[in-house]
Amino acid sequence: MFRQARWDEKVIFDLGFAGRRGFAVPKIEAEVKNLVGNVEALIPQKMKRKTPPNLPELSEVEAVRHFIRLSQMNYCVDLGFYPLGSCTMKYNPKINEKLARLRTLSMIHPYQDESTVQGILEILYKLSKWLAEITGTYEISLQPAAGAHGEFLGALIMRAHHKLNNDHEKRTELIVPDSAHGTNPASGTMAGFKIIVVPSDESGCIDIEALKAAVSEHTAGLMLTNPNTLGIFERNIEDIAEIVHDVDGLLYYDGANLNPILGKVRPGDMGFDIVHINIHKTFGTPHGGGGPGAGPVGVCKELEKFLPVPRVVFDGKRYHLDYNKPHSIGKIRSFYGNTAVLLRAFAYILNLGVEGLEEIAEVSVLNANYVMKKLKEIEGFELPYADKRPRKHECVFSVKNLSKEKGIRALNVSKKILDYGMHSPTTYFPLIVEEALMIEPTESFEKEELDRFIEVIKNISKEAHENPDKVLEAPQNTAATRLDEVKASHPKTMILSWRMYKKKTKS
Amino acid sequence: MREIGIKDIAELYSDVPSKFRLKKKLKLPNSISEQEVESYVEKLLSRNKTFQDMPIFLGAGCWPHYVPAAVEEIIHRTEFLTSYTPYQPEISQGILQALFEYQSMICEITAMDVANCSMYDWASALGEAVRMAVRLTHRQEALIPRIIHPERTDTLRTYTEPIGLHVKTVDYDKEAGQLNLEDLKSKISEKTAAVYIENPTYLGFIETQVEDIAQEAHHHGALFIVGVDPISLGVLKPPGEYETDIVIGEGQPLGNHMNYGGPLLGIFACKDDMQVIRQMPGRVIGMTTTLDEKRVGFCNALQTREQHIRRENATSIICSNEALCGVATAVYLTLLGPKGLEELGKTIMSKAQYAMQLLSKIDGAKVPLFKSVHFKEFTVNFNRTKKTVSHVHERLLQKGIHGGKDITKEFSELGETALYCVTEIHSKEEIDNLADTVKQIVEER
Repeated sequence: MFRQARWDEKVIFDLGFAGRRGFAVPKIEAEVKNLVGNVEALIPQKMKRKTPPNLPELSEVEAVRHFIRLSQMNYCVDLGFYPLGSCTMKYNPKINEKLARLRTLSMIHPYQDESTVQGILEILYKLSKWLAEITGTYEISLQPAAGAHGEFLGALIMRAHHKLNNDHEKRTELIVPDSAHGTNPASGTMAGFKIIVVPSDESGCIDIEALKAAVSEHTAGLMLTNPNTLGIFERNIEDIAEIVHDVDGLLYYDGANLNPILGKVRPGDMGFDIVHINIHKTFGTPHGGGGPGAGPVGVCKELEKFLPVPRVVFDGKRYHLDYNKPHSIGKIRSFYGNTAVLLRAFAYILNLGVEGLEEIAEVSVLNANYVMKKLKEIEGFELPYADKRPRKHECVFSVKNLSKEKGIRALNVSKKILDYGMHSPTTYFPLIVEEALMIEPTESFEKEELDRFIEVIKNISKEAHENPDKVLEAPQNTAATRLDEVKASHPKTMILSWRMYKKKTKS
Repeated sequence: MREIGIKDIAELYSDVPSKFRLKKKLKLPNSISEQEVESYVEKLLSRNKTFQDMPIFLGAGCWPHYVPAAVEEIIHRTEFLTSYTPYQPEISQGILQALFEYQSMICEITAMDVANCSMYDWASALGEAVRMAVRLTHRQEALIPRIIHPERTDTLRTYTEPIGLHVKTVDYDKEAGQLNLEDLKSKISEKTAAVYIENPTYLGFIETQVEDIAQEAHHHGALFIVGVDPISLGVLKPPGEYETDIVIGEGQPLGNHMNYGGPLLGIFACKDDMQVIRQMPGRVIGMTTTLDEKRVGFCNALQTREQHIRRENATSIICSNEALCGVATAVYLTLLGPKGLEELGKTIMSKAQYAMQLLSKIDGAKVPLFKSVHFKEFTVNFNRTKKTVSHVHERLLQKGIHGGKDITKEFSELGETALYCVTEIHSKEEIDNLADTVKQIVEER
């Protein structure tokens, strides 16, 4: 039976005691002090901090205890099944963590002389070559900090491409399918495009006729993930690419779903011109409760000149940072990328090797199809779209009938799953599926863990039919029961900081 | 396979057109064991020279500061490290509360009311802050100082090019380096969406005319955005006390290693104004209660601004962020507390002052260039030594010291100038040695 820790842990500002300290700042050397005197006197009166910040005052042991207690109220992939669709929550090998903590990485500065950072430059260079090979692209930029950042960069590259062709004022439209990840339209809009949504057909794939009707001389490009968010491979990809390329649009690959096709098929070969990769999904780096991740972008030869600066290059003897790229879109962040995340991916690829990566793809697809087959047999769980076709990395179920008949929505199912000590699937996405549960088991979980999940869904289905109130009460075994999310966002009750809390409770 | 009725995994890929299916293996290395990976990667990384191998006096957007062991211990906890974005709050209270506490501490040190739970870095935070100002004012110009990190300017231009924003540069006072208020007045207008300054500035000194600048911005209906190095805020006046609308900055110094420049931690904070908060980028954690009101809890707030709900109308692209770096910062600020942050600020400033005084004694070296008070970074000008920055840099390297950043190309008007950084990690001996060695190099024939 699962019971998450439920500490009555106060907000940190309510802990500790005035004057208590958790860290001693090194003393200023006497000679330094003698020479410079009291530096505070140097700061102009009007620029001095008058009232100290209201930070907590805790001893080290109190601070550690607080955060460890909090950590115990947090589920993670090392605890068990985490089938968040499109999020690819897989195991993060421990060796990569060990390597990422080495001082030879953590204590180097991005502006060090190239001669003093040849090690990390070689790693970044090789990683970018490997990622180009995996995606079938010509050249990679490691700069983006996240998948959406990569998408934004990709959309900017489209823009730069059309601009160089003196075509950008006309090319204002970016096409995305209705099943796309939310980041696609968001990053496209940020890059100045108008978003044109094309529907999916009855098989869950992009509607070819609708796409034909949507493209025009105004089309800058199409953003697509393949396999799509239903886990279905867009088998008409050749036609799709042709339709977009025929109007001189560019094809963008959203790499969120790359895991199941590693070593099987490459976006570049399918006709995609720009590809992003979610390092924190496909290459097993930890999500850190939201980040940091990394979102490298690969492009075809023609678009190489637009990639951000600098690029790591190799002259046969030494590695350099090359800023001399006149057509580059510039920079989308400081420095070169989330290096500590990228290093983990480097180690991941080394460890698995070419065959290991392909095996990842195979096992992840096998797992998804196994879960799909078993869940289809459970009452109340329907598989919309193309139920005869195999899925790739994920499968999406609908509980709309359960919702109509028993009042048990996808939300309730997901909360009930938590009570069994598992994370729930992604819910209410893709938008084309009513009451959706989007399940991506990944390759990281063995059959026994998948069977436990299937058993859990069976139990929930049974309970939903026999005793729906019990399902509606979930979760009960987690650190908190159902939270009032409306209260958290309502202007009258919203508390986004301790300051707001104090202000609101006073009034 | 038996359960799903297939004989070969290939059947699951039957819908992939055969012309696209890879016929041969990718050109990637073969698998090697964990032990071999470790020794290979360690060997590669050992070719890097670190702050432990040689004193390094680099800053400029990524700074060497001590990271207490307890910070590392907490962020290495697998419960934080290997968890996803807390979309299921009931089972993710730990990271949610830690991030709420991070947000709250950022508010305390900047004297703002609301902070998000991270941006990618300072540069992209600037891009998003200016775009937020454009959304709020419906105006098409932004004013930035001439003295700014060039990577931030580049990133800002990339972020704002698609909306056709005009970025104009405000000059500085030649003596003190402070923002030229006359130039600001001549460039600000009813078209200005935002006035942006940094404190301390890119070249390390404290901008003191903050109230005048804020007033000027607000007089013209523009937003006032301030970028900070937050480790200075134990001793420097927080932007929230000088009428700042949006505070951004780089949180890396607060408990995060440099890691060759990434991951970093973008700070983003604003005042308690619903109209402004609704336009904020990034994820924000809110305090709430359970539905039965028996327990305080935390969850994502204002998700209707975010891409997974609003899609093309989202206020930002951000999905994955730098959450774990934010947790590190929360632990760091907890350990230091108000007194620690103040003492650390004084220590850093004292050491930087000490270095400046020693270096300024070198014949021909001008340290710093501008007559303003500096925090932890400062300019060293070699014009009158007849030596170039790159020559001094090369000679220092040969002697086992890494000098400051060469900024001769970025600020050609300043001549042969480097930007040095000194923090609490630099010992008196290292600073003495730096000054002695630079003196020797300058005196070499």
